[in-house]
Amino acid sequence: MTDPTSDLAAFLPRIVAFTCQYCAYAATDLAGTLHRSYPASLRIVRLPCSGKLDAIHVLKAFEEGADGVCLLACSEANCHHIDGSKRARQRIRYLQALLREVGLEPERLAVITATSAMDGGVAQAVAELTEGIQKLGPSPLAKRT
Amino acid sequence: MKSGSNLERILTAGYFAATGELGPPKSADAEVIRRKAKILKGYVDAVNITDNQTAVVRMSSIASGAILLQEGLEPIIQMTCRDRNRIAIQSDLLGAYALGMRNLLCLSGDHQTFGNHPGAKNVYDIDSIQLLQIVRGMRDEKKFQCGEAIDVEPRFFLGAAANPFADPFDFRPLRLAKKAKAGADFVQTQLIYNVDKFREYMKRVCDLGLHEKVYILAGVGPIKSPAMARYMQTKVAGMDVPDWVVQRMERAPKEERKKEGIRICAEIIQQVREIPGVAGVHIMSVEWEEAIPEVLELAGLLPRPTLGN
Amino acid sequence: MIIAERKPFAEIQGLVAGRRRVLLLGCGTCVTVCMAGGEKEVGVLAAELRMARQLAGEPIETVEDTVQRQCEWEYLDAVADKIMAADTVLSLACAIGVQAIAERFPQVRVVPALNTSFLGLPTEHGVWKERCQACGNCLLGKTGGVCPVARCSKSLMNGPCGGSQGGKCEVNPEIDCAWQLIYDRLSALGELDTLLEIEPPRDWRTSRDGGPRKIVREDLRQ
Repeated sequence: MTDPTSDLAAFLPRIVAFTCQYCAYAATDLAGTLHRSYPASLRIVRLPCSGKLDAIHVLKAFEEGADGVCLLACSEANCHHIDGSKRARQRIRYLQALLREVGLEPERLAVITATSAMDGGVAQAVAELTEGIQKLGPSPLAKRT
Repeated sequence: MKSGSNLERILTAGYFAATGELGPPKSADAEVIRRKAKILKGYVDAVNITDNQTAVVRMSSIASGAILLQEGLEPIIQMTCRDRNRIAIQSDLLGAYALGMRNLLCLSGDHQTFGNHPGAKNVYDIDSIQLLQIVRGMRDEKKFQCGEAIDVEPRFFLGAAANPFADPFDFRPLRLAKKAKAGADFVQTQLIYNVDKFREYMKRVCDLGLHEKVYILAGVGPIKSPAMARYMQTKVAGMDVPDWVVQRMERAPKEERKKEGIRICAEIIQQVREIPGVAGVHIMSVEWEEAIPEVLELAGLLPRPTLGN
Repeated sequence: MIIAERKPFAEIQGLVAGRRRVLLLGCGTCVTVCMAGGEKEVGVLAAELRMARQLAGEPIETVEDTVQRQCEWEYLDAVADKIMAADTVLSLACAIGVQAIAERFPQVRVVPALNTSFLGLPTEHGVWKERCQACGNCLLGKTGGVCPVARCSKSLMNGPCGGSQGGKCEVNPEIDCAWQLIYDRLSALGELDTLLEIEPPRDWRTSRDGGPRKIVREDLRQ
């Protein structure tokens, strides 16, 4: 019988990160440049604004096997499109309720606020999210070969 | 005489009228009515019986009225528009008259969301003003609302409710005018604690000459406790309870509170009696009918006039 | 327009329980505008159902489509093949659309994904309020454009009642007292005298009380 804890340690969460182009992408870019590694399982999807995120994008990500989804967005005060970030956060709360309905843990979905000055912070936040998802375990919808 | 009721005769003779109120039980127990009747007998000119007040199911006003008649009191039955359409209303009123009832208060009725059956269907086929018109038509034109003739018509002394404290304040005297035009013979107001505002309302009412068209009975009621005062002040739409009322109730020592409530009520009666256009008082005392004789005694309104038949 | 909202997810799951191939059909008119049953909502609900059913170990096949309106046969006929091929049609239209499908395709099982609530409008983005009861005898010309049938909790014709306070209805402080609104509008228009007239009892036959209604235009009938 295999040791369940060793299985967990081997499980590398697949996280899809929807990222606003103005701040967060610059931050992750900077993180890369500074050779701070972020978890290799992170897939980045770039959006013109976090407010462009539609519910279906998140649901599709989970349906296709993501263990976690996060939105890297500017703070509400700094959104280049005024209230795109605010709307995105409202949508994330709505989506967390949908996940609950479906039977997935809403903690698999999170918003991370980022600015270009917080490069270390973004990687840190993503690492924390990854840990949280590791604890939850792989998504029951994910197919792993 | 429109109905020949005791209330009508007292008001027509020019006496200052005093009516009381009785809440029927949430059960089929006739004894409750009989017990309350005994408390009020001889102290009031007529007794209102509420109609599923606050949309809580209670013994019907008409059935309670029939029991009250057996006890030798004169009922003022209440009819709301919330639960019955025009067919049921006209039908019930034919029966009520046949059973001996002679006074009717026409109301729109508290919405069913307040009561214990909030999911019930909303009837409101007609409103209180249309109801007044219909019952006056039955009495004076001997016709049903549809126009068909009635050979033995119900002859009710018709009442309506008035709320001097609801909004829009400017429209309230005009709405009373509408009720008078629709057929109201007498009016009972919402509970009065803000006598100044009521005085202002009555001034406008008299300016419109309404005091000569309808008998206006000022609504008063003894307060049992400071909690009751605060509740009425904050939680009841359309009620104006000034701070002095709440303060007096709070300041009174616990064992004196009921007496203080009765005292305040009697004082208000004495004040409204002085206001031109006020033809009497209507005392409402929810589940504390015992207070009514005390209030009347203190206000100097006893004994009640007895008119021979 | 017609305002509807999505049924609780558990209820929808119950309606398609045991069904293997479900067509989710959206509607491009009222329910798109009130964001309950348009193309986007079809996509979201279909994804939710697939995910939930997969988690339950009972996969479901979903087909997604949206038509301009479900309340006219022509639009439904255009997707007849999809409707006929489905085990169940989960309609995201208002109840009229659901019934239209049932009438046009009597052999097909159709269930509603929405609760059709009222006729109304958005007073702000994301908030819709009731304005019309379709009583069949519009009296807005007499009440300054405010409907007492729909907006007065008691549908009074000679309001306001004694529970009107601060311009709000006694039933719920979030509901405006329709008669306060009527009073204000008629005052502003200088037509307050209208309120002194007694409005007689209404003939409710033009409303649903007279039985299900129909309108015929002989000049248009083929």
